[in-house]
Amino acid sequence: MKLLTHNMLTSKCMKGVSVGYPLGINASDVRVSEVDFNPDFIARMIPKLDWAVLYNAAESIGQLEDLPKDLANNYENDQEFLKKVHHVLLEVDIINGELVCPETGRKFPINNGIPNMLLNEDEV
Amino acid sequence: MTKPWRTYLLWFAQEHVEFRVAEIDSLLSLFNIEMRFTHKPVTEPYWIVEFASERDVQLLASRSVSLRNCLELWGHEKEVWKLHEKLKCYPRNLMDPYLQPNKSFKIEVETFCKHFTQKEKVDKIETFSYLPVQGPVDLRNPDVILQYIEYYGTVANNPPELPYDVFFGRWVASGLRQLIKKLSLKTRKFIGNTSMDPQLSLLMANQAKIKNGDIVLDPFVGSGSLLVAAAEFGGYVFGTDIDYLMLHGRTRPSRIAQKKREKDESIRANMKQYNLEHRYLDVLVNDFAMQFWREGCKFDAIVTDPPYGIREATERVGTSKENYTVSEEHLPTHIPAKIEYGISNIYKDLLSFSAKHLKVGGRVVCWFPVFRQDYNEDGLPSHPCLKLVANCEQTLTKVTARRLLTFEKLRDPTEQELNMDHKEITDFREKYFVVREETRKERRMKEARVREENRLQHIRDKV
Repeated sequence: MKLLTHNMLTSKCMKGVSVGYPLGINASDVRVSEVDFNPDFIARMIPKLDWAVLYNAAESIGQLEDLPKDLANNYENDQEFLKKVHHVLLEVDIINGELVCPETGRKFPINNGIPNMLLNEDEV
Repeated sequence: MTKPWRTYLLWFAQEHVEFRVAEIDSLLSLFNIEMRFTHKPVTEPYWIVEFASERDVQLLASRSVSLRNCLELWGHEKEVWKLHEKLKCYPRNLMDPYLQPNKSFKIEVETFCKHFTQKEKVDKIETFSYLPVQGPVDLRNPDVILQYIEYYGTVANNPPELPYDVFFGRWVASGLRQLIKKLSLKTRKFIGNTSMDPQLSLLMANQAKIKNGDIVLDPFVGSGSLLVAAAEFGGYVFGTDIDYLMLHGRTRPSRIAQKKREKDESIRANMKQYNLEHRYLDVLVNDFAMQFWREGCKFDAIVTDPPYGIREATERVGTSKENYTVSEEHLPTHIPAKIEYGISNIYKDLLSFSAKHLKVGGRVVCWFPVFRQDYNEDGLPSHPCLKLVANCEQTLTKVTARRLLTFEKLRDPTEQELNMDHKEITDFREKYFVVREETRKERRMKEARVREENRLQHIRDKV
């Protein structure tokens, strides 16, 4: 699971959860692999992200490298910056671990890179 | 001075005919191209159209799956001799740039619905010897391809003596027919029982107007065949499915000769196979009835083939037992029970989800199963924020079909529309089995009658 995906997920649909965002991450196996860089795509994605959530998520799994805490101005033309964002969004992959609901502590296992967001029948 | 519009011949593959218009319309709107018909096509495999620039034709062909070839049309007649007359009068200033001494060329002969030997074809080429070509012939890699087409209708077993129509023109571009072969399910690493064939997947991606850098979601992803097509056209793809074993490539293999699945079969492996791994975002095991996507999260396109309850079950997590709880000791390995989701609810949820999570102007493209005799546009799922822009039928059996629906999001839903009631949609599944049951019964009765008659006949013959 990529940090881009993590940025887009919430456990709000669960009973008794009011925000459910951001989900916690416990990563036991993280893989970093090179992915083709598409600066236009990254520049288009940035406004859709919750930057603080991305920053904290990267930090929590030790993949922060030198990502700035605050979003740079005029980032569309800053190739170096876009590359860093590209790295945390698309090149860092959580292979095994779990996502954790911030309110209930419910854990969602990640196996083989695929998060399992299924609730049990007594939770729906 | 603006350049005059030129006439072009678009030649289509005679397959999924009904999807042609929807595909071309989507591409024209995607590239913001204007195209004029010189006459409205009916069922013939060609269109005669006008474009303002050749670039437009090339753009269109660069994405079209139903297009075979595009020609700049130099002549179109009902009779061969008239075509020759026409070509002899074709303005030299339009023809000459392509017939220069430094331009190698070849002439191709295409005959639609009638077969000719190579010798006959060469003879046909010879009849164009009056063309003022100056360059050398190059059959392998010519600078200019001229094409002569004879059209003998669409009924293969009884073509007429003479062609209905003849065309001559200069080849401009070819469509993406070869891509269908490249993405063939026969050579794909990971497939499921209901993987969508590549041609239809590509048509869906085109109708969804997927372009480079778009974020695309398939919420009933299965083996991910729609995502392959979406990524091929530049989409960055997400998929979700309730089937854990499918996403992990652990279901029973779909290929008859395969005893068990390979270790690394997955949607991601398919992306890798086609060099599209960089556009693979993630797949999640998720029940569509329980959404984990964040509120403001928007997709550029949604392409999906939801289960119809026949070959793939329409299920969601749930139980009919009251006050049921999973015990602590079973929790780590518990597989949630599932209850019927129902086609009506699936489509209701799909359209509500799309209204909420598509960008304005984004499209959702999905299949919808119908009974052909009861089909009626009013029975289709609908939503006030989504406009139905295309609706094409693919027949499945004598009585059933599925329709490819394309909706475009007009605006964001209001608070009321987020919680609105939807009309009931007839459940395809219930009826599917009722009809089957009836016909099976009827068939048995009929067979029994025939047997009885034969038996009586036999007895009479003996007597």
